[in-house]
Amino acid sequence: MKFVVKAWSNGGARAGILHLGTSTIDTPSLLLSTRKGLPHFISPDLLSCLPAPESRLLHVSPLHFLEGLSMKTISKIGGLHQLLGLHDHCFVAVPRDSIQCLPEANSTNKIGASFETPCGRLLIKPVEYMEMISSTRPELWATLADEVPAWVSDKRNKTSVDRTIKWLDECISISPASGAVFGAIVGGSSLEERRRCAQEVATRNVSGYWVGGLGLGESMDERPALLNAVIEALPEEKPRLICGLGLPEEILQGIAAGVDIFESTYIYHLTLGGFALTFPLDRTEINASNLVPSDVGSDPRKINLRATVFRKDTTPIVEGCTCYTCRNHTRAYINHLLNVHEMLAQILLEIHNTHHFLGFFRLIRDAINAGRFEEFRREFVQRWR
Amino acid sequence: MALRFEVLGRFNRARAAQLTLPHFVCQTPLFMPVGTQGTIKGLATDQLEEIGCQIILGNTYHLALRPTSELIDELGGLHKFMNWPRALLTDSGGFQMSPVDGKPMLLTPEESIQIQNRIGADIIMALDDVVKTTITGPRIEEAMYRTLRWIDRCIAAHKRPHDQNLFGIVQGGLDPVLRDICVRGLVDRNLPGYAIGGLAGGEDKDSFWRVVAQCTATLPEDKPRYVMGVGYPLDIVVCSALGADMYDCVYPTRTARFGTALVPEGVLKLKHRAMAEDTRPIDPTCACMVCKNYTRAYIHSLVTKDSKGSQLLSFHNLYYMMQLSRNLHSSIVQGKFPEFVCNFLQKMVKCVMV
Repeated sequence: MKFVVKAWSNGGARAGILHLGTSTIDTPSLLLSTRKGLPHFISPDLLSCLPAPESRLLHVSPLHFLEGLSMKTISKIGGLHQLLGLHDHCFVAVPRDSIQCLPEANSTNKIGASFETPCGRLLIKPVEYMEMISSTRPELWATLADEVPAWVSDKRNKTSVDRTIKWLDECISISPASGAVFGAIVGGSSLEERRRCAQEVATRNVSGYWVGGLGLGESMDERPALLNAVIEALPEEKPRLICGLGLPEEILQGIAAGVDIFESTYIYHLTLGGFALTFPLDRTEINASNLVPSDVGSDPRKINLRATVFRKDTTPIVEGCTCYTCRNHTRAYINHLLNVHEMLAQILLEIHNTHHFLGFFRLIRDAINAGRFEEFRREFVQRWR
Repeated sequence: MALRFEVLGRFNRARAAQLTLPHFVCQTPLFMPVGTQGTIKGLATDQLEEIGCQIILGNTYHLALRPTSELIDELGGLHKFMNWPRALLTDSGGFQMSPVDGKPMLLTPEESIQIQNRIGADIIMALDDVVKTTITGPRIEEAMYRTLRWIDRCIAAHKRPHDQNLFGIVQGGLDPVLRDICVRGLVDRNLPGYAIGGLAGGEDKDSFWRVVAQCTATLPEDKPRYVMGVGYPLDIVVCSALGADMYDCVYPTRTARFGTALVPEGVLKLKHRAMAEDTRPIDPTCACMVCKNYTRAYIHSLVTKDSKGSQLLSFHNLYYMMQLSRNLHSSIVQGKFPEFVCNFLQKMVKCVMV
């Protein structure tokens, strides 16, 4: 793995280039969320219709594979690329998956990290986690962490930092030859603990950092200070990854603080709800003072295709959008699919929403490269308030 | 008449043909997947083309309910609504009479044809009076004569004979005399094509193939024959040998949702524990993207809990059925039909489950 920072804008925000596996990805970038390695709805043969190379970074939680597939079998097959038939993609393994493998801080103990999963509550020891990493062979993986929500006691929080650092050292010592390792940084909502953890991890031999324990109950207002406490202690030249920041405003917040890679469940939740992103990706439209009137009620950034107003709407979700869904199908058809509970609805929505959200990231990178990130962020937040 | 049917090759009663429909030029024998509500579960139109689907079936009853045939018509027909560039066939809507919303529905021949005219499929089916083959008694005769009376009403109500082909359906249960009367009655009406209905509902195989054989022997040579509700690969091979051309069934996609894959040896149950360690593809002889990329072990991990598994299995199962169709067509054209059938049967009867 190689990472180079190319441009800065207004302090923390930076644009960079990440060389991972066979891909060259511009940052800030988005990790697409998966279930057992494949997108939730999009069929693997339709993945190639998403913009490349931005769509090639996939987030994988190794814990997904504990259901029905042994690590030995995955090893025998040859790791994730062989298992999933995705040879052009890069896998980023983080133990937590914000949709279905949530950290269960109450059950985590000195032996391992506990997660609430569809196959029950699982306790994962560092050595077990590393077995998963060496079997699945992702290009990039984060060390096992004790992630705690914002409301735990100071004592519990301090323990989580000590444990996370101990597990980091354990994971690194068992580390397989291939794959870049990102050190996990926790600390809950305590600025002190966040700083302490970051300073410790910064001394370890890792390729980058995973800012864990966020998106677990802290408010958006608390977050900038926590992020800054962490980032200030980290070297500039190594990339930073974060999970659990979903909404566009949260992503912008993370970028302003200096985060480079994001795992977000925004697309998944939008898709499940029947929503499609429609906010304009054209800079000139964002600058326009007059708001485009929305079809349905309060939120002009997205439309809910279940609404009856779309029954006869033969326009695509977004006019001019080049995604597979907008090139081939109408709002009316997707409305019908949602009404009759057909899986194709989610497939088409996930394609469009992914395409659109990746477009949002492209706008961000353009703004950073042009030195106007703060302006972009202000306009965006203002516009969609 | 809005179709052309040209026989390209024969072996005894089996025939391979080119069926030219308003939206697509098809090759028979062919299998038609069922896309009940204007979509085939979990598959996009690009994938259906990739798989080689030629004609897709839409259920008139379901579409009339949601989003309604009037809406489909207003938006330019089902082809445009779904964005399916190839051919479509709609059934009469009479088969699914059990209401989804609790309201009893009375469907007349006129209404059925009107709805199908609005939907706009290349082939539409006459409303027939279907009875189960397991029933005996005067009800079967009553249904057969009613089907003949209704075909005239369907023909009269049909407003688009220039771009939609109305197929008549032969009824008569398992009674050869009744079947014969029905065939003659329909043939007299000189329809673009004929279906053999009322089968695939629980009768024993010996009765099933006899009815198919009798019908194909007496239906006109130069028009397509469609055996409704068939089905299992073996049944398709047998019916093709007897001279049928078109088939439809929910089986491949339905069985995919239960974790079952179609393979040359029969079926493969991916939910079975033994699959968890099996690193072979579902079918090493299959060229579909599922068999080229995935192991039984991985698919096993998907089918027990996720819908992703059924999506991939539907893809494979439909590919299997379309490959079977392609093989039937090309083996007849190339004069290798008996070898194909022997090969097919040998693989299938060797074992029941892998």
